[in-house]
Amino acid sequence: MAFWRQPLDTQEIQITKGVVNIIEDRCKGCGYCIEFCPMHILAFSDHFNKKGYHPPQTTKPDECVNCHYCEIICPEFAIYSTEAPL
Amino acid sequence: MTKNPKQIGSKQPSHPLDDLIRTDRIPHIWCPGCGIGTVFSSCLTAIKATEIPYNEFTMVSGIGCSARGAGYIKLDSFHTTHGRAIPFASGIKMAKPDLNVIVFSGDGDLFAIGGNHFIHAARRNMDITVICVNNLNYGMTGGQVAATTPSRAKTTTTPFGNPDSPFNLPLLAYASGASYVARWTILHVRDLTNAINEAIRKKGFSFIEVLAPCPINYGRRNKEKSLDTMKLYQEKTIIKNGADPGRADIDFERGVILGTFVDTDRSTCDDMYEVTCRQCSED
Ligand SMILES: Cc1ncc(C[n+]2csc(CCOP(=O)(O)OP(=O)(O)O)c2C)c(N)n1
Ligand code: SF4
Ligand code: SF4
Ligand code: SF4
Ligand SMILES: [Mg+2]
Repeated sequence: MAFWRQPLDTQEIQITKGVVNIIEDRCKGCGYCIEFCPMHILAFSDHFNKKGYHPPQTTKPDECVNCHYCEIICPEFAIYSTEAPL
Repeated sequence: MTKNPKQIGSKQPSHPLDDLIRTDRIPHIWCPGCGIGTVFSSCLTAIKATEIPYNEFTMVSGIGCSARGAGYIKLDSFHTTHGRAIPFASGIKMAKPDLNVIVFSGDGDLFAIGGNHFIHAARRNMDITVICVNNLNYGMTGGQVAATTPSRAKTTTTPFGNPDSPFNLPLLAYASGASYVARWTILHVRDLTNAINEAIRKKGFSFIEVLAPCPINYGRRNKEKSLDTMKLYQEKTIIKNGADPGRADIDFERGVILGTFVDTDRSTCDDMYEVTCRQCSED
């Protein structure tokens, strides 16, 4: 019963894979990218950047779907995603 | 310039908007968690998405934290005096009607000291795009009460809570005659970017209100961390395109309406000037 709603073309739909790029010294540690990444694959790192903030890091880099949300919510131009090379 | 330059590859990681920002001025002055940076970034993405050559744009700002936008965009831009962004922008538009003129400023700048300019530019349907970062207070000067501060909210000048009622900005814009009126928050950044793109391409006076956190001055006095404000945007907003602007007052207890309120067409200031004044001068 649990799967009766699964779309017929699930097997064919391609999910794009992304790479997260972080320009650490621009980050001010607001946490928006971490909080709102739909895949929950970002977290604060332990190290400090030049200004004393903890920039984000990817916890499961393979799971990024290149949705760009971290990129467009970031107020600091500090993070962006690109398509992963095949 | 007929084509926008392509970004050339370099060793340094390069953000997709680096060609539109003055990277030598980054990090900008906006505080951690301030929403202005997201509105600004959304505006640049929208400019890019129009595919209009960059030299056909200009950005005009007044005074305030939000108004620092004009100083970070790598295009011709004007950082004007407090409240006067719209008259400067109107002058530019009348002199160079082919330019896409974007006003990027704050709620205090556009609706307190600059309120009269706003209503008259909307009435005349001046063909410009006005983006208002509404952070519910005067951020730059330390968090004083604004014409947009919700009733009972605490600010430096209303320590017991604001006794007054705020403006409903979409209603004000609609009643003044704007051709395009929308409201989004920084959390709804995809919709916001689409709206700015639409507004730039729209002929006539376009107005977009963007709710954005000011955690340092507004948030701190109202016990709202920046992520709390974002949660409000997530949980207490209702997206309803074509809603009655009369119901757009900001009341997070009842729910705040987002979406496009107005999208109509009527003659712009320039059109009217052309048929009225230029014709007379030929007689
Ligand atoms: C003629 C004049 N009056 C007052 C000021 C002081 N002042 C600077 S910014 C500002 C308010 C800015 O508020 P807003 O437009 O909401 O911008 P924010 O900082 O919140 O983004 C005021 C009153 C000024 N610079 N010039
Ligand atoms: S691109 Fe999307 S999935 Fe990838 S890290 Fe950013 S927000 Fe998360
Ligand atoms: S959204 Fe930007 S500034 Fe905020 S934590 Fe993420 S990378 Fe840093
Ligand atoms: S004072 Fe408020 S509006 Fe100004 S930069 Fe700081 S958070 Fe943003
Ligand atoms: Mg303000």
